Amino acid sequence: MASDNRPLSPHLGIYRWQISMTMSILHRLTGIWLSLGSLALIYWLIAAASGPDIYAVAQTLLGSWIGQVLMWTWAFSLFYHLCNGIRHLFWDAGRGFEIRTFYITGYSVWIISCALTVVAILFAYTHGSHP
Amino acid sequence: MSFRTPLGRARGLGSAKRGTGHWLAQRITAVALIPLSLWFVISVMIYLRADYGTVLNWMHSPVVAVLLVLLVATLYYHAYLGLQTVIEDYVHDEWLKVSTLVLLKFIYILLAAAGIFAVLRVAFGG
Repeated sequence: MASDNRPLSPHLGIYRWQISMTMSILHRLTGIWLSLGSLALIYWLIAAASGPDIYAVAQTLLGSWIGQVLMWTWAFSLFYHLCNGIRHLFWDAGRGFEIRTFYITGYSVWIISCALTVVAILFAYTHGSHP
Repeated sequence: MSFRTPLGRARGLGSAKRGTGHWLAQRITAVALIPLSLWFVISVMIYLRADYGTVLNWMHSPVVAVLLVLLVATLYYHAYLGLQTVIEDYVHDEWLKVSTLVLLKFIYILLAAAGIFAVLRVAFGG
């Protein structure tokens, strides 16, 4: 196909590492991880529609230590993808490209998504309804 | 050896076709998912460990049912658009790329339909 001959942009290998690279690839990885996490959402909804016995099994699975660890990785992924996604939306609007702003918003994404994850964990274990 | 400029060589090799639509849909679903996903996370924190009756009662509410349907539909649309971009970036074999995309689309429509059906079943159930 003729489109195989298109000129290429420079490859990753020639750039010095910058925090923006990690943030960019993490945006993708959290997106992929969240799309796997959506399976848990569907499973939860189907279990709720399938009666108390099946729901109890789902609750046990999601409440097991591995279920809880997965939930918190999904929580962090969601907060990160959400915060960095908002950053992307500002870039799409042509804002936030100044180097200083770029770094401030970048580190803010880290701080806010970590903080939200910790708040979510604390809230879930102290205020969430218990069986 | 070609004396044509890179732009000249790229020109006419195919249009962007529906790229703008894809780009816009990804952004619009992203904006919609900001309130939807925050609402969902808060709900999960409150209801995940609640007993079955409490969860069912919550899902019976028309507002909750509509928001859950919107969440599932928007989430899967957004996830498909995102994974499509990833697959198009990293899978270079044309046959493998297209079949992966079609398979992914089938799986995602199936999952979204199952999730929405589950929500409606609870919402309309006794």
